[in-house]
Amino acid sequence: MNTVRQLDRVVIRFAGDSGDGMQLTGDRFTAETAKLGNDLSTLPNYPAEIRAPAGTLPGVSSFQIHFADTDILTPGDQPEVLIAMNPAALKANLRDLKPGGTIVVNTDEFTKRNLTKVGYDENPLEDGSLDDYQVYPVALATLTIGALAEHEVSKKDAERSKNMFALGLVSWMYSRPTEATEEFLRGKFKAKPVIAEANIAALKAGWNYGETAEAFAVRFEIPPAKLAAGTYRNITGNTALAWGITASGVASGLPVFLGAYPITPASDILHELSKHKRFGVTTVQAEDEIAAVGAALGASYGGALGVTTSSGPGIALKSETISLAVSLELPLVVVDVQRAGPSTGMPTKTEQADLVMAMFGRHGEAPIAVLAPQSPSDCFDIMLEAARIALTYRTPVMVLSDGYIANGAEPWKLPELADLPDLSVEFATEPNAVDAKGEEIFLPFQRDPETLARPWAVPGTPGLQHRIGGIEKADGTGDISYDPINHDHMVRTRAAKIAGVEVPDLEVDDPTGDANVLVLGWGSTWGPIGAAVRSLREKGVSIARAHLRYLNPMPRNTARVLEQYDKVVVPEMNLGQLALLLRGNFPGTDVVGYNKVRGLPFTSNELTDALEEVIKNG
Amino acid sequence: MADAVKLDAPKLKAKDFKSSQEVRWCPGCGDYAILAAVQSFLPELGLERENIAFVSGIGCSSRFPYYLNTYGVHSIHGRAPAIATGLAVSRPDLSVWVVTGDGDALSIGGNHLIHALRRNVNLKILLFNNRIYGLTKGQYSPTSEPGKLTKSSPMGSVDAPFNPLSLALGSEATFVARTLDSDRAHLHEVLRAAAEHEGSAFVEIYQNCPIFNDNAFEILKNPETRDEAIIRLKDGEPICFGDKVVVQSGYGLQVKDAAEVDESEVVVHKADVEDPAYAFALSRLSGIALDHTPIGVFRSVKRPTYDKGVRTQVDEAAAGVDRKEALDRLLHGGDTWTVL
Repeated sequence: MNTVRQLDRVVIRFAGDSGDGMQLTGDRFTAETAKLGNDLSTLPNYPAEIRAPAGTLPGVSSFQIHFADTDILTPGDQPEVLIAMNPAALKANLRDLKPGGTIVVNTDEFTKRNLTKVGYDENPLEDGSLDDYQVYPVALATLTIGALAEHEVSKKDAERSKNMFALGLVSWMYSRPTEATEEFLRGKFKAKPVIAEANIAALKAGWNYGETAEAFAVRFEIPPAKLAAGTYRNITGNTALAWGITASGVASGLPVFLGAYPITPASDILHELSKHKRFGVTTVQAEDEIAAVGAALGASYGGALGVTTSSGPGIALKSETISLAVSLELPLVVVDVQRAGPSTGMPTKTEQADLVMAMFGRHGEAPIAVLAPQSPSDCFDIMLEAARIALTYRTPVMVLSDGYIANGAEPWKLPELADLPDLSVEFATEPNAVDAKGEEIFLPFQRDPETLARPWAVPGTPGLQHRIGGIEKADGTGDISYDPINHDHMVRTRAAKIAGVEVPDLEVDDPTGDANVLVLGWGSTWGPIGAAVRSLREKGVSIARAHLRYLNPMPRNTARVLEQYDKVVVPEMNLGQLALLLRGNFPGTDVVGYNKVRGLPFTSNELTDALEEVIKNG
Repeated sequence: MADAVKLDAPKLKAKDFKSSQEVRWCPGCGDYAILAAVQSFLPELGLERENIAFVSGIGCSSRFPYYLNTYGVHSIHGRAPAIATGLAVSRPDLSVWVVTGDGDALSIGGNHLIHALRRNVNLKILLFNNRIYGLTKGQYSPTSEPGKLTKSSPMGSVDAPFNPLSLALGSEATFVARTLDSDRAHLHEVLRAAAEHEGSAFVEIYQNCPIFNDNAFEILKNPETRDEAIIRLKDGEPICFGDKVVVQSGYGLQVKDAAEVDESEVVVHKADVEDPAYAFALSRLSGIALDHTPIGVFRSVKRPTYDKGVRTQVDEAAAGVDRKEALDRLLHGGDTWTVL
C-alpha cells in the first residue's frame, strides 16, 4: 500500500537525449498538470542541433516544470526531481538538482561505452556519488520492450516508447491523470494506430509499474491552485502571439498578412498562423527576411494588417524596410523573438539584447513604437496593443518577445471575446482638401491633428491615386521634397507622432509605501523579478516594483515614478540596455543594473540576493 | 474589393495617366520614350486608374511611378518584387506592375526577382536595362560588358555579365520578352502581351543612358546595322532577319545565311513551347555584342499563379466562417479547465 503525501509545490525536470522525446513528454505532463488545476510555469531547454550525436552532453534536451497549489511566477530555480534518460542527461543536469533531490534514472543506458562518452570513469549509479540523493533506478527500455511484447511493433519502435513509460511513471508519482495523453497519442498517430496503441500501453505500463513496484513507497498530490474564477488553458508565448495576431485581425476586421522566413525561436508563430486561414490570415513563407517584411509592407499598403515575425539576425535584415515603413507611414507589426546573439549566437537560448536595436537600429531618424510582453499569456494582449498602435498611428511597431517567453508555458485565463477591443480603421475614401483652383484634391500626408497619423488610402479607391516613396515628402501633398525646412519638420513630426502614442501609465507595486528601492524590469524578467520581490517581502524587506511593457514611448508617468525612489534596480539579460535608455531619458535617476547573459532566465534566488544587497547598501 | 482585375473598359487616354509631377530624367534618357509608351498603352488595359499600382525599387528607372496617375510606391533598392508580391497576393483586384533596372533587379534585388518568377506571382516586371548604374553616376552593372571602363573599373571590369533573359528562364519564368525603348510600336505590342499573361511577365527593355553609357544599343538602332542585328520574333513564323535565318544546331540554335539553308530547316517560333530550353537557346543567340538580338516574346506558357494559389486556400478555409465565433472556439479548444 502506497502512502500519499501532500505537497504545495514541486519542480520536475525531464532530461534525455534530443531524440528521446523529452519536449513531448514535458508538454504532456504540463497538459496533465494544467488539467488538474495547478498553477504552473515551464522552461524547455534544448540544443540547436536537431539530433546532436546520441548520448553526448551537447545532445541533452530538457524540460522543466514548476507546479503548485498557489500562483507561481517562474519555472523554478532548482529542480527537486530529475528524470534522466541516459548518463549524459544525468551529468548535464545533476549540478542543478536540489540537494537531497529525487532522481529517476534509466539504467539501460548506463553502459560502459555511454559512460565513457560523457567522461564518467565509474558508473555513478554504483560508485556512491549519488548517495545524497534519492535514486530510483529503472530499466526503462527493458521494461517498455517487455510491456509491448504482445504488440505488433518492432523492438526499435517499442524502445522508442520509453518516454511514455517514464511519463506514466512520473504521472503516477504525482497523481496526474493520463486520459488526455491517451487521446493525444491517438490523434498524433492517427495514421499509425499500432504505434498509438503501443505508446498508450507504454504509458499505462509506466503508471502500473509505479503502483506495483515496491521501490515507490510514496506518491504525491499537489492540490489545485486557488486561481481567479474563469476558464483556463495552458499556453506558450509563441502560440499566444499567433493567437493575438489572429485576434487583431478579428478585432480590426482586416485581413492579416504574415510574411515570414523560418528562424529559431520564431518559426512556431509562422506554423501556428499558417493553420489560421479560416480567419482570413494569409501566410507567405518568403525567400528571405527582407522579402518577408517587404511582402508584409506591400500587403499593408493594400489595406491588410501586415505582420512579420523573426529573431535578431532576421530583424537586422529587415531594418531597411522598417525604415521605409516609417517613411511611408503605414501600419506594420514586427515581432522579434530575441535569442542569444550576436550573429547565430545560441539560437535556442534566451536573451534580451535587441532592445537598443529595436529602438535605434535603423538609418536616419526612424522612431517606432516598441512593446514587450512580460509572460507567455501576455503575448496575446501585447499583440492587440501592437495592432492598435500600428493601425491608429500608421507606424511600424516592434514587439520584443524572447526565447524564454516563446517556449515557456503558463495557465492563461481566457479573455471574454466581448471585451476584445474595437480596432476597426477608417480608410480614406474622399478628397480631403481643395487646391488653389477650388478643386477637391487628396493630400496623402495631411495628418490627423490628434494622432498625427496620415490618411490610409488603399489602391482601388477612386480618385485618390497618389504616389508614396522613401524619398522625403512634402508634408500634406506627399510630393517629393528636398526642402530643408520641410525635412526638419517631417523628421520632428514623425518623432512627435511616436512620442505621442497613447499608452497606459506605469503601475507601481509598493504595498508598504516606504520602499527606497524600485526594481524595474521589462519583458520576460517579470516572473523571476516577481518571485524575488515576493520572497523579500516575506522576509519583511520593503521594495517597490514596476514593469515596462511599453518601451517606446514609455508611459507618461515614468519620470514621476522614478523620482520617488533613491535607487532603481534594472535586471536585464543583456549588459544594460534599458539602463542606458533610463540614464539618457531620466538623468537624475540612480540606475543600478543587474546583468547576466547566460542564455538562461534569472533565478528568483539570485535576484532576491541581488536586490537585498542593493537595499542593504542603501 | 473585387476578387479579380475588372476589365470593363473606361475610355481613358494617355494624358489621363500623367501625374502632376515634373519628369526629372536627364535630357535624351530612354526612360522618356518608355514612359510615353506606357502612358499610351495603359488605356488599353481597360482599367480604372485606381486599380493599377506601380511598384519600383531604387535607380533612375524606379522614379517611374511618380510620373503615372495611378497608385504607386517608390520603395527600396532591389525589393520591389517582394513588396509587389505582398500587394498582389492580398489584392486580386489590382493590376500590379514592377519597374526596375539592371542594378536594381539583377544585382541587389536578384533574389527577389528569381523567386517572384519561380512562384509566378501575377506581376508585370519591366526591367530597363541600360547596362550601367546611372543614379550613382556611372559604375558598371551586372549587365555591363566585360572590360568596361567606368569610375569603379578604371582598368576595365572583370565581372562576367548576366544575360537577363537566360536568368529569367532559369528562374522558371512563364513569360519572357525583350523590346527596345526606341521602338514604340514593338514596346506597345510586348506590353500588351505581358498584360494579357496570367502570372509573372518579365520584359527586358533595352534603354539608352545618354550620360553614362550612350549608344550602348546603337547596333540595334542604327539604320545601317539594325536589320542585320535585330531578330523580330513572331509567333508561328519562321525566324528570319536580313538575309539570315535561325536553325537548330547541336543542342541549341544558330544563325546562318538564308542562302545556305533549306527553307524547311528554319526554326518556326513558338512562344508556348513547354520546354524552356528552346527559349533559353533563343536568349543565347545574342552575345554581349548584340549582333543577333531577338526581340519579342520568347516564352509564354501557362502555369498556376502563386497569388491565386494562396488566396484559394484562404478563401476555401474562410468560406462561411464567423471569425469571432471561430476565435472563441480556438481559445476554448483543446485542454481547458474551469476555476469556480
